[in-house]
Amino acid sequence: MNHIDWFPRKLGIISLVLLVITWGGVLAQAPKDVLSADSLGAPAPAPPTNVRVIDKPNDAGHGLIIRWDLSADDTSGLKNVDRYEVLRSDAPDGEFISRGIVFRGVNEYEDVDDMKPTASSPNPNYMAEGSTWFYKVVALSNQQVYSEPSEIVVGTTRENLFHWGKLPILIAVIIFTAYLLNFIISAKKGKKLYIRPLAGIDAVDDAIGRATEMGKPILFILGLGTAADIATIAGFTILSRVAKKTAEYQTRVLVPVQDPVVLAVAQETVRTAYLEAGRPDQYNSDNIFYVTAMQFPYVAAVNSIMLREKPATNFYMGLFYAESLLLAETGNIAGSIQISGTDQIAQLPFFVAATDFTLIGEELYAASAYLSQEPVQLGTLKAQDYTKAIIMIIIILGAIAITGKWTFIRDIITIHL
Amino acid sequence: MKREIPLLIVGISGFAMLIQYFIPTDWSEFIFTYAQDWVIVIGILALPLGIWSLVKANVEKLKVPGERFYSAVLLIGFLVMVLTGLKRESLEYGTTFMTIFTNVLIPIQATIFSLLAFFIASAAYRAFRARSVLATILLLTAFIIMFRFIPLGPISTVNLSAVAWTLSVPNMAAKRAIMMGIGLGATATAIKIILGIERTYMGHD
Repeated sequence: MNHIDWFPRKLGIISLVLLVITWGGVLAQAPKDVLSADSLGAPAPAPPTNVRVIDKPNDAGHGLIIRWDLSADDTSGLKNVDRYEVLRSDAPDGEFISRGIVFRGVNEYEDVDDMKPTASSPNPNYMAEGSTWFYKVVALSNQQVYSEPSEIVVGTTRENLFHWGKLPILIAVIIFTAYLLNFIISAKKGKKLYIRPLAGIDAVDDAIGRATEMGKPILFILGLGTAADIATIAGFTILSRVAKKTAEYQTRVLVPVQDPVVLAVAQETVRTAYLEAGRPDQYNSDNIFYVTAMQFPYVAAVNSIMLREKPATNFYMGLFYAESLLLAETGNIAGSIQISGTDQIAQLPFFVAATDFTLIGEELYAASAYLSQEPVQLGTLKAQDYTKAIIMIIIILGAIAITGKWTFIRDIITIHL
Repeated sequence: MKREIPLLIVGISGFAMLIQYFIPTDWSEFIFTYAQDWVIVIGILALPLGIWSLVKANVEKLKVPGERFYSAVLLIGFLVMVLTGLKRESLEYGTTFMTIFTNVLIPIQATIFSLLAFFIASAAYRAFRARSVLATILLLTAFIIMFRFIPLGPISTVNLSAVAWTLSVPNMAAKRAIMMGIGLGATATAIKIILGIERTYMGHD
């Protein structure tokens, strides 16, 4: 027999066998990644039991929480559970679709969909307020074998009118407001309130006096915040006090701003301050001017003002970002006395390093009260101090509770946003 | 009435937003979003004010011999950008507007930002001069933190532990204390504004 004739025939048989084996494998895998117990012989895990659905608390009615008891084969028994799959339908006999998968040992799933459908983006899965949904849960083994599904349970979404997780915040606000009103009433009755001195505030008068003696302007920078930012609002109140004093001393105050709304408010603040100081004729609206809305062009403009005008004093009061050090170092080079204040923690080290006085965080908000010395304003500082004392007690109590594993105390004071 | 009506609007709006924070419903969320949209709308409406202020101030400066040059550059630049940016397609790649924006404005911004590196060095030099006990502690701490980026052989492990402790214990404690103070200060300011105790921001003491 010729070997050359025999070889192709043998090759053909081998190829045919390989083809059959390959196709067999493909066909075996083809229907699904997940196989029934019968087809593989691998045992199916026991299904999860006692499935229940509750409304998701503290929401607008777009979520449900599904809980179940773990499969008997999760942590004991066959120990072959790999994960659980939550299936949902809008009717008990409707098509159940997968809503989520959680790993073994987990017995809870939060089903939320608050994307309201529109004409351009329909969303069949949207969970409207008051809608009813049917759920079942299946366990999946590490051999990709499904358990029998659990019993079908039903749940309806409900809108919540109060966010109970924020209750500690509400209580804190009520206590704080009560302290605030109490001290304001006490102050109005003439009670003397002691507040600790702040170096940065004490330096304001000296800084304005210095500018007057040198015959140079004061530069007041409100930062990059908008008029809606609380730090910028605090900056306005300080600007008002500073402008009033500069009006009395007849010193020019320059306010370059980067937001048109801030411009309007700053102009009105300074104008009124001049009016109250009895110097409305001294007010010049051109001294409070818009520069640009962009961060680094703003830096370039303000730095050039510093180097050209050589202001005697620079105030930085408001919201600052990367420009803080660029401004403060240029002011330092220009030889100005500098007083800064911001609630941006990341910028505080830069201001501490580069300016002469820094109002750290809450001192920025307190500056207005310090400068006015009005009893009503000072009362608010006292209220802050007393609330801080309560916070300190809560921190100590929390530390003891965690150390002693008294979880109920932790649960009371924890905020669930 | 000129004073009372704005104060009443502020008080009612502030109180409404305070209540809104504790109500998680859809209409509550809608009110919040609506109020935020108003802030944007007001900002856009105020933009001509800013442009007017910028142009007016620089036209005035054209009369001052020493400041004439920079104001002229600004006004020419302003006009060029407005004229080249009027068309809808001016934001597309290759247009005059985008060419100026990409090749002039962005490099200038990057240049100013890069100055920060030199300013950090000069500010750090002043801050770290060991003139007092506190400044010396600051200097030593800064060295420990900076050395974490340098391979120091067996000392690296000890140094990394010191860095981790410094950042997560004293540094974090100070940051949290400041943050709590800021929270209280901001709340106090907000309550003062809602109650009408603080009103300097609207031009009245």
